[in-house]
Amino acid sequence: MADQAVPVKCLVWDLDNTLWRGTLLEGDDVRLSDAVREVIVMLDSRGILQSVASKNDHDPAWRKLERLGVAEYFLLPEIGWGPKSESVRRIADELRFAHTAVAFVDDQPAERAEVAFHLPEVRCYSHEQVLGLPGLPEFTPATVTEDSRQRRRMYQANFRRTAEQSAFTGPDEDFLRSLELVMRISGAGADDLARVEELTLRTSQMNATGVHYSDTVLRELCADPAHDVLVISMADRFGPHGAVGVLLLARNAGFWHLKLLATSCRVVSFGAGAVILNWLIDQAFEAGVHLVADFRQTERNRMMEIAYRFAGFATDPCACTSAYGIPPDPDVQRLHLVPDHRNAPSTMRLVSEGLPTSWTPRPRHSRRVSERRDEEDHVVTSTPTDTL
Amino acid sequence: MTTHQGPGTDSAIEETLKSYLVDRLKTEVTFDQDLFESGLVSSMFAMELVVHLEKTFEVSIVGNDLRLANFRSIRSMAALVRGLRDGDGRG
Ligand SMILES: [Zn+2]
Repeated sequence: MADQAVPVKCLVWDLDNTLWRGTLLEGDDVRLSDAVREVIVMLDSRGILQSVASKNDHDPAWRKLERLGVAEYFLLPEIGWGPKSESVRRIADELRFAHTAVAFVDDQPAERAEVAFHLPEVRCYSHEQVLGLPGLPEFTPATVTEDSRQRRRMYQANFRRTAEQSAFTGPDEDFLRSLELVMRISGAGADDLARVEELTLRTSQMNATGVHYSDTVLRELCADPAHDVLVISMADRFGPHGAVGVLLLARNAGFWHLKLLATSCRVVSFGAGAVILNWLIDQAFEAGVHLVADFRQTERNRMMEIAYRFAGFATDPCACTSAYGIPPDPDVQRLHLVPDHRNAPSTMRLVSEGLPTSWTPRPRHSRRVSERRDEEDHVVTSTPTDTL
Repeated sequence: MTTHQGPGTDSAIEETLKSYLVDRLKTEVTFDQDLFESGLVSSMFAMELVVHLEKTFEVSIVGNDLRLANFRSIRSMAALVRGLRDGDGRG
């Protein structure tokens, strides 16, 4: 469609006479104008990543970016003497972006032509267009979520994490503990819904039902007192992972119905699915209800099936499921579990706050349960944390 | 499986699994050790374990067979594999 611009996810900058005025190698005292600095900061706040492809010696050019106070905005800088098309290609590969999502800005027509020749899908802009970039539709995302605003920092954290992981030689669990992971589970506010919708769109791999819930439907469910929409976010000592999961729950008398659990592929290796399920099972145990979960097998969500099954969900019959009727979709399996107490995860700190009040029913009947609650209280009480 | 099997075959599956786990977990394990309880195997390793069993022993593990109890120890995994192979019309 002509009026719907394909969004740019990463803009690659030339330095000399594009980002700054002057040529570094010719000894110019190069200057970064306030207007260009504003463009950099604005694109960053919209979640558009930025990188550099410059023909310069790496160290002095990078030091200059640092001194100008903008180095932190550029991921995977390519400063050297190879062809710029190769630089742009490497940046796109490293970010796993399609070339259609990448843009390149350079004052030299020959450089733009070289990139355009080898990477015809990359959009090229001249230095004269720099100040107008934020006004272009392809640089104006439809929604800017909290996760878009911190996208660049999430990528930077991930680069550091990956580097450390490849250098780590101990058992996986020890590495996970060294990350100081924190998971937060909370009720979705209006601000979270765009993040959640984005997540259900992008998480086919870890979506237990393979169903995409639209923003509109999620908003309705949020307003529906019979449903809880919970958002899961994670962080570690490298920085935030942002919103990594969504859980949709309907509370019925005697049993809770888990309608959707989707987690981001980014946190699969942290065992996030199992941690969330165990938390929910423990909550249901305290509330004295059974759990029913819908699962639809897709080609890509076997990991989630294993998480459900290993958590204890099975197809054993129970009065609560038979009374509930059969799922509308014949491909959907209705799994069932009688909750028991689950320990706090050993690899991360779990923080659960901001749940609807109706969500934390006090145990009424079992003394054993209330005793246990006291010792486990740190797991579910709200612990303020500024990392999430 | 072939028909030529020595007396050691009874624990052939266990031995195969053990060498895989020792290699993967970089530590010694026994046939009866609870791998999840001892913290050696975490949920994130579960997928790898399931896929490894399916590939190595040419079985497919689905439905209620995917329960955690079947993967707790080398012994229980071997029992699962044997059960699935017998069910596959070998007997
Ligand atoms: Zn039930």
